[in-house]
Amino acid sequence: MFEKYLIVEDSLRNVAGGFEFQARLGYYRGLGLSMVEDLAVAINGAAVPREAIRFNEGKGPLRLAEMETAYDRRWGFGEPATISVDWPEPLAAGAHRLALTERLRVSYMPFPSIRQSETEVCIAG
Amino acid sequence: MTSKIKRGVSLYSFQEELFLRQLSVEECVAFAASIGAKGIEVLPEQNMPSFPELGSDDVAWWREMLARHDAHFTCYDMFLDTKVRKDREMSDEEQVASIRRDLELANRLGIRNMRVLVFVRPDILERCVPDAERLDVHMGVEVHAPWHLEHAWILRTIEVADRLGTRHLGILPDMGIFMKHYPPEFRDRFLRQGARPEVAQFIIDSHEQKIMAEYTIYEVAVKMGGNKAEVAMAETLRHAPYANPKRIGDYAPYFRHIQAKFYGMTEDCRDPSIAYDEVIPELVRAGWEGTLSSEYEGNRWIQDAGPVDSREQVRRQHVMFERLIAEAEASH
Repeated sequence: MFEKYLIVEDSLRNVAGGFEFQARLGYYRGLGLSMVEDLAVAINGAAVPREAIRFNEGKGPLRLAEMETAYDRRWGFGEPATISVDWPEPLAAGAHRLALTERLRVSYMPFPSIRQSETEVCIAG
Repeated sequence: MTSKIKRGVSLYSFQEELFLRQLSVEECVAFAASIGAKGIEVLPEQNMPSFPELGSDDVAWWREMLARHDAHFTCYDMFLDTKVRKDREMSDEEQVASIRRDLELANRLGIRNMRVLVFVRPDILERCVPDAERLDVHMGVEVHAPWHLEHAWILRTIEVADRLGTRHLGILPDMGIFMKHYPPEFRDRFLRQGARPEVAQFIIDSHEQKIMAEYTIYEVAVKMGGNKAEVAMAETLRHAPYANPKRIGDYAPYFRHIQAKFYGMTEDCRDPSIAYDEVIPELVRAGWEGTLSSEYEGNRWIQDAGPVDSREQVRRQHVMFERLIAEAEASH
């Protein structure tokens, strides 16, 4: 569901200490952050360690471990959030393969809902 | 005879355009009203960004906006996050409190029907009945495929409603339970994902013959050496029941709202999959009073291949509703 739209087009950029991009929740409603069980990122085929990822829907960055108990915050329907990745060097100008997997704990489903997206994104030179 | 069936739309139908910010909720409501579908079903967790902290200004905005378009609310789609915590499930008290919150929000918004997720336990709903009565909101347990009207789980809710003699607990059927033919939108997506045409046809033929899903899944997965797309297509049969429309009259006293699920309409405004041509005459015969609320769910099956036009799909469904209601009234 909405896999095609998880990664916001043209949103990848270098920042101090790594890179970041914008992402949407692959679901037809908003969801409390504690139910986003995992956000897995891979860049050019290299998986990013979970500890290196931060999420920010607008109320301040959270490590994924902190997100698990963020009971009073929600990722709104269709709302882009910022996903930041600690990365040793800036990404080179040009095309990169960016992959995002969202694992959601949806209460009425017997199993986790997994949404995967992989796309080619460019960083301006 | 003129039937009491009203037409409406769930904002769920426009999830593609709403998600991508191509339409605002007001534009969706304006469109629905323009085709005579003035009853609006809302998913607060989708359509109300400040949920669950709805201010009085939010409530006023919705009421005024609906009035501007001569539209009105029909139904509130609730959710229950029993797994909000990773370490344990919600307690029964927490579940009751969450449902009470939704009943109160529905009441503040002036909505008198609440779609209850099918997995909510009947004994939890029983504890919510006094609140539902006080707030005058009907709790309708969604009868969603693969459940159906006479499924034992659904009958448990009806048993509670009968025992309590309440008018505020019942069911809310989703028309996906009347899937007579396999949806072409499902088939085409599995073909794009690599299903072989002859295997896809075998699955469609099995569905057409109403063969139990497990036989077909075994045939495809084991005997035909099915690939990933083929097995996934066969597995959709588990959720593709065709319940008997003739039973609708027996259950009509328990529902006041219908989610009119559909996956795609033909250009000549027919549903190739869901048996509305059998369902609507039964609703008319039963003298059922309530809203047929469009629930377009085709977007997720076609969005990988191209643009989605939810408004056109909803428009076609309402052309079909008008035709089928008029035909049923004429022959009743």
